Amino acid sequence: MTTALERAQLARLSHLQALEAESIHIIREVAAEFERPGLLFSGGKDSIVMLRLAEKAFWPAKIPFPAVHIDTGHNFPEAIEYRDRRVAELGIRLVVGSVQQAIDEGRIRDETGPRASRNRLQTQVLLETIAAHRFDAVFGGARRDEEKARAKERVYSFRDDFGQWDPKSQRPELWNLYNGRHGQGEHFRVFPLSNWTELDIWQYIADEDIEIPAIYFAHRRDVFRRDGMLMAVGPFVERLPGEDPFEANVRFRTVGDMTCTAAVESDAFSLEQVMAEIAITRISERGQTRADDRFSEAAMEDRKREGYF
Amino acid sequence: MELLRFATCGSVDDGKSTLIGRLLFDSKAILQDTWDAIELSSKNRGDEYVNLALITDGLRAEREQGITIDVAYRYFATPRRKFIIADTPGHVQYTRNMVTGASTAHLALILIDARQGILEQSRRHAIIASLLGIPHLVVCVNKMDLVDNDRATFERIRDEFALFARKLQVRDIAYIPISALKGDNVVDRSEHMPWYEGPALLRYLEEVEIALDEDLDDPRFPVQYVIRPMSDAHHDYRGYAGTVAGGVFRPGDAVRVLPSGLTSRIRSIDRLEGAIDAAVPPMAVTVRLEDDLDISRGDMIVGVDNSPHVASEFEADVCWMAERSQLTPGTRLAIKQTTRSTRVLVRSVESRLDVNSLDEDPTIDTLRLNEIGRVRLRTTQPLFFDPYQRNRLTGSFILIDEATNNTVAAGMIRRPLP
Repeated sequence: MTTALERAQLARLSHLQALEAESIHIIREVAAEFERPGLLFSGGKDSIVMLRLAEKAFWPAKIPFPAVHIDTGHNFPEAIEYRDRRVAELGIRLVVGSVQQAIDEGRIRDETGPRASRNRLQTQVLLETIAAHRFDAVFGGARRDEEKARAKERVYSFRDDFGQWDPKSQRPELWNLYNGRHGQGEHFRVFPLSNWTELDIWQYIADEDIEIPAIYFAHRRDVFRRDGMLMAVGPFVERLPGEDPFEANVRFRTVGDMTCTAAVESDAFSLEQVMAEIAITRISERGQTRADDRFSEAAMEDRKREGYF
Repeated sequence: MELLRFATCGSVDDGKSTLIGRLLFDSKAILQDTWDAIELSSKNRGDEYVNLALITDGLRAEREQGITIDVAYRYFATPRRKFIIADTPGHVQYTRNMVTGASTAHLALILIDARQGILEQSRRHAIIASLLGIPHLVVCVNKMDLVDNDRATFERIRDEFALFARKLQVRDIAYIPISALKGDNVVDRSEHMPWYEGPALLRYLEEVEIALDEDLDDPRFPVQYVIRPMSDAHHDYRGYAGTVAGGVFRPGDAVRVLPSGLTSRIRSIDRLEGAIDAAVPPMAVTVRLEDDLDISRGDMIVGVDNSPHVASEFEADVCWMAERSQLTPGTRLAIKQTTRSTRVLVRSVESRLDVNSLDEDPTIDTLRLNEIGRVRLRTTQPLFFDPYQRNRLTGSFILIDEATNNTVAAGMIRRPLP
């Protein structure tokens, strides 16, 4: 028999151990109860951590579902390279839903002009991909600390047959008992990282020694200033008069579509330096670097209602 | 750094939002841009002060109507602990949200306005916290600045609450006099109340012992998923993946598997990083046994001499959560308990609980939205459970309406029936 003191020491998990255990529980529960799950994987840091947790959940077996990427065609090449390498390492299938292909086939229309972004177009392609592959559960790396609409979303987020989220008719979610029952054509978005914060993600990446794409660290890049944010100069973004490019040391806090993801000036070349910068920042991740959340106070809620992640 | 989950409940005017806002802002969990956005929204609404409810009330409908309609989860950390706040509205029509927020909480925080004393709502929150098995309760007597930081006022409220709390099952109750608005005894000890010798709220939240709250006596491992790699490197590997729900598991331990009753020993407890020498709740691990037994999802690995109840008839407290239906004798539903899913028949509704007084009304045989009552249930397959007050993971269940697929009730098992 162990003494009370020994048991207390055993039972004292770190916050990352507790978060990891919760996430693995969720991932296994979905694999056990759904027929065709898929895991959204973009090469961004949150989906990298989520994929690592899925790897742990089923080790030494392979992850029993494919990775899914909604490719806007405007990605950072570093993220795509990382995506392909990681998927090959794990020996899992990669399903790609291509926004470019949907545009070429005339199913959706590309936005034009200097502020054009394919962010909204992703939703349509995501829903098509879910339907085409008959996914009944799709893991997403969203966190509740990112945005106030997400703070109210369940871990198992029910989507009707139009893929829409209705914040007012969410199922109660109690203990670690998740209800994934659904009808034909309906599906769930499942968020195993719901209770993680940005800092938790970085600490976990450091603790686990997880490789991440180089764009998360400071590097020299041609950028221009728009709405107080630093946007990367690239083939997909048209600059307005006065938006003159200059070179700066920058890193990315989030990695999404190049047209709506901004960089921050930074001299953080290592993981420790990145974490130190985050620990003292006074600006939230999405507020600083995501043009897509700036439309209105309820921009995220509106996009989620339409079927966004 | 440990993780502490706590629940707060209350209405707009008791200072709850002010308190949460202060904890978040002082620990830097609200960043400057969020604060600026809230300040702007408050001005646009015509609020005279920064309306902190806008931090948590993120949905359009909540902002427009000025109400909280759901559980909001908020996060902050100090160098000593990470905290998850489940913030729920306090009105009786939101009992289901309170139950939801309380289900995973280590601790409940109850605010009492020093000028008004203990209200029906304070009692209700404490009763729900007790029913949901929350081990720690912190009673914050707020707005002390408005009663001249008077010691007698605080002590009168404390003593009255302690008398009421004798009826509850909460193990540990702390009382802290605070002023959320002025910051007294929130992050730092207040100079205005030298007579108070306990810790400030944040210090208490950082130090309260939670490691022993889990059931560490009764080994319980609900099998969630069977791992068979079927690869050359792991040809004969057969592992049982799951989340430890009770006790301490170690390699070599003698175990019994339910429902078969067959016994074996633990060969190893595996994780990707390597085998470990002990697993405790709520770790997610993979267990291998010495013997090749037929085990699948929904089975439970338990201590060889320490079994849970195995029964298909039991008594439970349930909170009904559906708007369009009610619970009556004869109702058939789906039930999920640990990793087990089966069907259930409501045999009887024994009584309804008055969540404001703890009184039981035995003349009732129907439970409606937000009502809590004691029921007797019969399942088609036996369940493996402990009384909820002993183990929150093996003693809890949800009920699901098979027609709508909605979760319609939360349940806490009291005892098996013969």
